[in-house]
Amino acid sequence: MSFADRTAIVGIGESRYGKRASILDISEFALLCQAIKAAADDAGMDIEDIDGFCSFGDERHEPVRVQQALGLPRLRFSNMVWGAGGGGCSGAVMNAALAVHAGICNSVVVYRSLCQGQYQRFGQYRPRPIGGSHMAPFGLLTPAQFVALTFRRHMHLYGTSTDALAEVAVAFRSHAQRNPRAVARSPLTYEDHQASRLIADPFRLFDCCLETDGACAIIVTSRERARNLRHVPTRILAAAQASNPGWGLGPSGSHNMAIDDYATVNSRELAKALFGMAGITPSDLDVAQIYDAFTGVVIMALEDFGICGRGEGGPFAQAGNLRWPHGALPSNTAGGLLSEAYLHGLNLVIEGVRQMRGDSTAQVDNAQTCLVTSGGAQAHKSALILARD
Amino acid sequence: MTASSAYLPPGLPTPAADLDDLGFWEHCNRRELRIQRCSACGHFRHTPMPTCPACRSMDFTWAEVPGTGTVFSHTIAHHATHPALRGFGPYNIVVVLLDGADDVRMVGNVVDVAADEVHIGMKVVLHWEATAEGGYLPRWRRA
Ligand SMILES: [Zn+2]
Repeated sequence: MSFADRTAIVGIGESRYGKRASILDISEFALLCQAIKAAADDAGMDIEDIDGFCSFGDERHEPVRVQQALGLPRLRFSNMVWGAGGGGCSGAVMNAALAVHAGICNSVVVYRSLCQGQYQRFGQYRPRPIGGSHMAPFGLLTPAQFVALTFRRHMHLYGTSTDALAEVAVAFRSHAQRNPRAVARSPLTYEDHQASRLIADPFRLFDCCLETDGACAIIVTSRERARNLRHVPTRILAAAQASNPGWGLGPSGSHNMAIDDYATVNSRELAKALFGMAGITPSDLDVAQIYDAFTGVVIMALEDFGICGRGEGGPFAQAGNLRWPHGALPSNTAGGLLSEAYLHGLNLVIEGVRQMRGDSTAQVDNAQTCLVTSGGAQAHKSALILARD
Repeated sequence: MTASSAYLPPGLPTPAADLDDLGFWEHCNRRELRIQRCSACGHFRHTPMPTCPACRSMDFTWAEVPGTGTVFSHTIAHHATHPALRGFGPYNIVVVLLDGADDVRMVGNVVDVAADEVHIGMKVVLHWEATAEGGYLPRWRRA
């Protein structure tokens, strides 16, 4: 049994989600406090039992502030995973599990808050002090453009079609239509996708994730403590982080990762570590939450994680395999970052927990295992395999 | 060539050299494309960094390369993601696999083609674009 499997996710909490800059009546920090209180309530635990705090790159609110605002008596662990955007999200859950397993603290909250109207937008240019000089003067400025370059290469190598991108967008939107929390619930057709404006060719508007406001949190504690709480615990069968060699010069750093690795999402080493720890294979997965900052990331992730062969991600999606309820691997069952909300991937972990509890609005029958992946264009990647206790 | 015929509008970030890549930009400003090359094993590396990833030697030279290459991937940027780009575009962004420099790639733009003419495999040659600061940026022309 891995260290991670000696712990469990016992609470999930979310603020309301809204379109970017739509939440202006309440601060980002207040939304975060709401989400953490909701996670403790959901777990059926005393919030004062939270004594550890984990997040990942780009979180604004430090644990000491959270502890102070929520009146928590103890801070025994405070931790942030490196890497911009969502690549460290599952890594933060991993660190929470490590801290609990090591006996450093009892219960860890993993959290993310993001109000892009109150602060800066992630989809716009942000200075990148390392390597930025080799990209920004040439107009290579944002994640959509970074991944458009890697995905264009995928199209060249494997003949992947933009029809595959449309299928990802339409499938996840159909899942979001069942989810009352989802920010984007209006119907989306293949034609709507193909007619939407180009952002960074081949990516169109509906290939890009939402920009939203909101906050969410989960609570990790030991399997023993989990048994006395409200819900069936969600086991963390495996938790891993990894980066293939050379990805320090990846899509957000001058595009000099290894040529054989170019048209990927830098997750092949991660997949080895993850499935090795879990002791299962990709074919054992019942459901998946794949980091969908862009539709093309999903196609490449399917290959990196061994859900299909290299170059087969497009046809795999186009065959309807990501769709609930009849696909081979229903994915992003709450709508994902494309249609539910963009909380840098922590909302994907929450949907994974819902699937393991049997509470999803697109519930996969008898789902026992769920893959959750973290990170789009960044170098640092992490992932979880969740299981029903 | 004057700065007014620049491929992208003024106001975009310009290279901000640090102690690792200062040599690269200084050579660019003299219209010389030189790539960091390990003195111990001969491996080229880019963007500039202190250590050779192949052998960990910290000794290197700035080796001149032919200034030709092949488009390895490309995108057409349509959406303005920086204030300087409002009302401008679309424009191409390419990754060029350099000739004579192992697998080193550079991000750039092909300045003399229509957006939809760029394709993977296109042969390109250096185009030094004068900057408002009196230096030069390495962009590309169709070979
Ligand atoms: Zn060397």
